[in-house]
This record gives sequence, C-alpha cells and structure tokens, in this order.
Amino acid sequence: MKYLLTLCALLSLAATSVHAQTAADAYYDPAEMEKARTALRQETGGQTFTFVQADRLEYQTNEGEGVLLWDAQGWIGGDINKFWFKTEGEYFLDADEFEEAEVQALYSRAISPFFDLQVGLRHDITPNPSRTHAVIGIQGLAPYWFEVDAAAFVSDEGEVTARIEAEYELLLTQRLILQPRTELSFAAQDVEELGIGSGLSTVEAGMRLRYEIKREIAPYIGFAWNRKIGDTADFARLEGETVDSLSFVVGLRLWY
Amino acid sequence: MLTRRKLLGTTAAFGAGVAVQALLPAWARSGVHNNVKGLRALSGTNFDLIIDKTTVMIDGRRGHAITVNGQLPAPLLRFREGDEVTMRVTNNLEEDTSIHWHGLLVPFQMDGVPGVTFPGIKPGETFTYRFPLKQAGTYWYHSHSGLQEQSGHYGPIIIEPKDADPVAYDREYVVVLSDWTFEHPHRLFAKLKKMSETYNFQQRTIGDFFREVREEGLGATLNDRLMWGKMRMSPTDISDVTGATYTYLVNGHGPKDNWTALFTPGERVRLRFINAAAMTIFNVRIPGLPMTVVQADGLNVQPVEIDEFQIGVAETYDVIIHPQADRAFTLMCETIDRSGYARATLAPRPGMEAEIPPLRPRPLLTMKDMGMAHDMTTHGDMTTHGDMSGQDAMDHSGMDHSGMDHSNMGHSGMNHAAMGHDTMAQGGTMQKHNHPTGVGVDSTAMMPVNRLHEPGLGLEDVPHRALTYADLKSLDPNPDHRTPEREIEIHLTGNMERYMWSFDGVKFSEVTEPILFYKDERLRMTLVNDTMMSHPIHLHGMFFDVVNGEHHHKPRKHTIIVKPGEKLSVDITADAVGDWAFHCHLLYHMHAGMMQVVSVREKTREKAQ
Ligand SMILES: [Cu+2]
Repeated sequence: MKYLLTLCALLSLAATSVHAQTAADAYYDPAEMEKARTALRQETGGQTFTFVQADRLEYQTNEGEGVLLWDAQGWIGGDINKFWFKTEGEYFLDADEFEEAEVQALYSRAISPFFDLQVGLRHDITPNPSRTHAVIGIQGLAPYWFEVDAAAFVSDEGEVTARIEAEYELLLTQRLILQPRTELSFAAQDVEELGIGSGLSTVEAGMRLRYEIKREIAPYIGFAWNRKIGDTADFARLEGETVDSLSFVVGLRLWY
Repeated sequence: MLTRRKLLGTTAAFGAGVAVQALLPAWARSGVHNNVKGLRALSGTNFDLIIDKTTVMIDGRRGHAITVNGQLPAPLLRFREGDEVTMRVTNNLEEDTSIHWHGLLVPFQMDGVPGVTFPGIKPGETFTYRFPLKQAGTYWYHSHSGLQEQSGHYGPIIIEPKDADPVAYDREYVVVLSDWTFEHPHRLFAKLKKMSETYNFQQRTIGDFFREVREEGLGATLNDRLMWGKMRMSPTDISDVTGATYTYLVNGHGPKDNWTALFTPGERVRLRFINAAAMTIFNVRIPGLPMTVVQADGLNVQPVEIDEFQIGVAETYDVIIHPQADRAFTLMCETIDRSGYARATLAPRPGMEAEIPPLRPRPLLTMKDMGMAHDMTTHGDMTTHGDMSGQDAMDHSGMDHSGMDHSNMGHSGMNHAAMGHDTMAQGGTMQKHNHPTGVGVDSTAMMPVNRLHEPGLGLEDVPHRALTYADLKSLDPNPDHRTPEREIEIHLTGNMERYMWSFDGVKFSEVTEPILFYKDERLRMTLVNDTMMSHPIHLHGMFFDVVNGEHHHKPRKHTIIVKPGEKLSVDITADAVGDWAFHCHLLYHMHAGMMQVVSVREKTREKAQ
C-alpha cells in the first residue's frame, strides 16, 4: 500500500512537474486537486482585465466653429500581453463632417517595468482617400512622470509618419489636476494629397484642468493650440486654411 | 478561569453539539447599533458553520457581506488546548468557499487553502474539518477563496490553555479590526490593476511643493522631487486601498457605531487584538492608558509596556490594560496611511465616550524605505558593522547580552557567504539580487537593512513608547535551539504602477516549483523587501522564530511585517510535512501573485528521485 502511494505520488509528480505541490493528492481526488490548482494559479496573478478610457471627450470652440473631439483607448489582457485599441478623431459641427477619424488595433507587450511595446494596424476612416498603416510604438511612463505614447506608421502607400504624445499631471489638490499635453507629428516625406509636409508637420499643445468627482469621472476645461509647421503649413495656406488655431475646450475624462 | 468565563457569560459547558449562547458575549456587546444578528461565541468541540450571503448594516448603511452563521465578524470560536475539534462547514454561496485556521498548527490537509491543501468547498457541500489543538492563545479564521475575506468572512478564535494561564486578568474582550468596502472587491482589485493610485488621495500637491520650498529651500525640494520622479514612485504610496473606500471596523462596527467595551475601574482587562483586515495595517493606542503586551500571534511573550503598537494584517496582539479612572477611553486604531480609523470605546458605563484624537499627518517614505540606507544620521551604527551585528544595531537596553549565544548566528555549520553578518546588521553590504527583475519589478533594494528595532512606518517619531519586534521576547524558551543548517533568501518584489506583486520577481501564476523544506530541518529564511510597501508575510503550518537578537526567547510569529527596504531573518523548524501556503497577507497583493507554496518533504524521498 505504501509503495503504491509512493508510486502514485511519483507519477503525479511526474505528470505535474511544472508545479510540484501535490501532497494533497494523497487525501483528495487528484483530479479535483488539479482543477483547484489550476484555478488558484489563474486567480493569483493570472487574471485578465478590461480597461476602457475616454481620455478626451470634448467640445472645442475654434473661432466660433464647434468641433467635437474624441480620444479613447482601452485594452483587454493580463500583465504582460494585451490587446489594445485606440481611436481618435474630430467632427466639425458646422460643416457636419469628420475632419479626422482613426482606429488602431494593437498587440501590446510589457517590455520593461514602465513601458509597453505595441504593434498593429491603424486605419484612417477620414481624411479621404483613407489609409491603412502598420504601427510600431511604445507607450508608458517615462522618468519624472511623463506619460508617453510614441509611434511610427507606414501607410499602404509607403508613406512613413510618426507621432509622439506626452502628458504630465500637476496636482493642485487631490482632485483638481492640471494636465499639460503636447503632441508632435512628423513625416518622412511630403504627402501632398493629405496636406502633410516632410519633417515636423504639426504641433499641438494643450492644458486641461480637471476635477475628479470620482477617479473614473472627471469633467474638465482648458485650451488647445494647434500649429502646422513647414511644408504642412504651406499646403494649408495654399488651400486657404489657417495654420494655427486656439480653442477653448470643455470635456469629460472617463474610465472604467 | 472557569469562574471568570462564567462571569462573562461567554461559554456554557455543553457536551457534543453546538453551544450557542443566548446572550451576546461581552466582547461583542456594543453600546449602540448591533449588526443584524449580533455576534455569538460558539464553544465546545463540535461546530456547525454556515457560509452565506447576508445583508449587514455598517455605520447605518446597508452592505452585502459573506458571513459565517449570519454574523460579521464570524462567531468567536472558543476551543480548549488538547481537545480535538470538528467543524462542519456548509457552503450556501454560489461560489466555492473555504476556511483557513490562521496560526493554528493543523495537519496540512485540514489547513483549508483551495488548490494547495484541499480542493475547496463547493456550493451546497459540507466539508468537515477535524484536528487536535496543539496550542493556546488568540487566533482567527478566514476564507482563503477569492476575495471573500474582504466581504466579511473572518472571525476570532480563542484557545484556552490546558494549564493555568500565565496572564492574569479579570475581564477580556476580543477586538477584531477589519476594513469594509461597499464596492465589490473584484471591482476594487480591477481598479488597482488599471490605475494603481485610484485610492490614494494623499499625494503630494503643488501646495506641498511650495510649503517645502519655504521650509527646506528650493534646491532640496527640487532634488527630492527629481529623485522620486526619476524612479517613478511616490513617497505617499503607503496603503493601496484607503479610507477613500474603506470604513474601518471594530468587531463589525464602524466608527459611528462606536463599539463599546465595559470595565470596572481597577480591573485588569485583556484585549485580544486581531487584525482581520484585507489591506489595512493599523496603529493602535488608547490615549491616557498604557498597554502591556502579553501575547503576540497567539504565543505568550514577556510582558512589555507600551503606548502604541502597529498591527499588520493577520497579526494578533493580546494586551492587558489596567484602567483606574472612572472615565471613558478611546481605543484609537489609525490606519498606517492615516486616511481613516477604526474606533471603539472602553468605558465604565454604556453611552460614555472619550475624545477621538485627530488623525495625525500621513508619513512620507524616505530613501531608507527604498533600501538605500543612505540616511546616515539615524545610522551611526554603520560603524559597528563587523561586530557581532544585530545585537549592536538593535540598541536594546533591557537586553541581556550575557545570555546571547553567538553560535546561534551560524558561525559553525552555515555558509558565511550566503549568511553573512549583514543579514542582521544595520548598514552592511550591497544586496545581491539573484531573482528575475522583469516587468514586474520596479525596484530592488541595494542596501536593505534590518529594521526590527523600529516600530513601523510613521511611528518612528511618536512622543511615546511604540512597540518594536525587537521588544518581543517569548515567555517560554523556544522549543528548537538548533543552529539553522541552511538559509534561503526570498525577495518581496512588485511593480506599483502595474500593480504586480510577487516573490523573487515571479508571481504565483508563473511559479513552477514550490519552495522546498526538508522534514525536521532547521532553516533560516531571510526576507528582503525590495518594494516601497510594508508586507505582512505569513507562512502556514509553522511558526517563524524572529531573529531579533534574542537567543532562546525569540518571539514566535505566524505573520511578520517586513518594512520597506528591510532585510530580516526568521528561523523555522520544518516539522510539518505537506504543502503550505506562503504569502503576503495583504489580500490584493496575494491576489496579484505575492504567494508561493512551501513544500515540506521527507529528505529521503527527495534524494531517491
Ligand atoms: Cu504585500
């Protein structure tokens, strides 16, 4: 009997060598124990979560013209691997049209304590003609608390562009938070039909003051400034568009 | 003993079956509102425990709890040392449940950890626990399934000593401290995973910056901000979950409910403190009344008089108070981050109240908490490194140096390279990190130091006596005096930003091998805290003999707080064959992966393989 038990124990050890804690199999149904072990492992560090965040959900006044802007992202996954999506765009209320609208679907992998590497696809619904891009980027928390999201894009037309976004948070009080934000866009070449010139193409800067009613719900006000640079600015002038704009914004930051 | 207990009406000597007494026991009687069904003590040797969902009232607000016999906290179980007890636990929930007997030395298949020692208790199933009681003292029990512990599934245990109690007292109360949230625990955990600072509403603001510039100067303030900013860590990161969501309870009563314990002036009152919180470390004091600690984690210690003590999650302390005045006292249990408090009143008559002291300012973490040990001003003892360590560093006045046996330090059989003096010394050498430091590890302590002589985060500068682990000496000589044959070092690791927690950089879901102990070996476990948080570390099935400078009177504990940047050692006699859970007792740290299994095996069998 003792030999049999030892044999059983050895066999079960061999069968489950990846987590050789099987002493309980001598007292309880080994199949039940194995189920319980699997469940315990899964619920002790192996869980999956779903995150959705509308970082900016706002109304902008742009010299009398109203613009709705959204910038949202979210993920499904565990600590290391995540499926990540991002979407942003602008809708011009007066013209009743989308100025920009894009979605990204990315595989994200934690590569350092504070950064994720992200690869995937981006599809621009507008402007027309629409483009699809391959994306590679990093997102995370840089030293000194800068939230950074940097990505390079290669479109199906072969154009190479890049964007870098950085945000910072200043706590005026525990719930009143001032958030400066900047976004730079670059292009490796002119893309005339989209009005993009090579080099640094646009600079966006903004400042938003939010109040966290709850952590997940925070209304805000602020301003956003936009400037087209270099050839991009020239293309805009040719089209009779302005090259810079200053808007007041009011919006909501939400996450779940 | 018996008369005393009869006086209190806590037990009746029923034979078999459940002894449910008609009246509330003294320890659970409150001045005002009671929880729905009140709290009852069960005693005897046979117990029926029913796990169910119950609606409870906390500070006048309705909440949903997971309870034992409809009570929050669960019923007080009164056992007697030497008895064999039987608990029939019925699960009326829609999910699995379990009961773990915290601190009790039970056969491992009775330890109640699903996936480690048994399969768990399925819905509708009744599981029978049966084990002999090999010890006496204050303990507790709680669910080891999911996050049920957060929802109220915990209760006190008192085991009466077989022989005379060395502690004399006229009256006793159990004080179960806990944290309650009206949020669903799974939602709470998910929020931490998505935004780890969700509950920290005590961060440093612009106002703090300017105040500090005025006080410390611009250069010093900027340096400090840059140093923390570079590491992407916050010195205010003291509790993950705070008063922003928690109501802190004494015996199931919120601060407004004001649980009240009665005494007659001149009586010696024994308070049995149990920290049954999910995530909250408390600082406990009774302004105007000193406390004499007589027991820690269920085992008697040499009495030590103090004014405040820090109690980690899962720890227990028994204290004696001796109020002479005919007045009320506030039992103030402030959280370690000072975002809230649990409170009770000790009074000669019901309805009396004493002043509630204001919450003190929250402490800030320092360089020392990062394991950098650069805070030389408080570490003059760096110079004494190379002496016999530990003892020097502990600056322990009442300590009998003559009785110390240095051979215990492992000069004979132990590996000096691994073991070195710095294990106990202040200051010391650079720490080696032989563990993975992947995405789940945001810091490693370069120069961790022993902090057993410190009273705990935020109590360093209080103007009264605060208990330290170095103050604790077991009353009885330690049962095992052997020199440890082997040392294992375990690092407490984490990444606050990602809310990942682990041992040695590997969370439980990724662990492939248990930690191996060999039957009857004496070993030293050295814990190195690489994180910025205090972690109450708990091993099932065996006690830690805390290597605090005492020789044959090391305090023996089932749970020990390891402070940020600390390196401490405990000695263990591996006399309990089986698989045992080993984890941080902060519930969400364990849930995130700060857990391992210690497997105690026969050495011969292991060799044969
Ligand atoms: Cu922990």
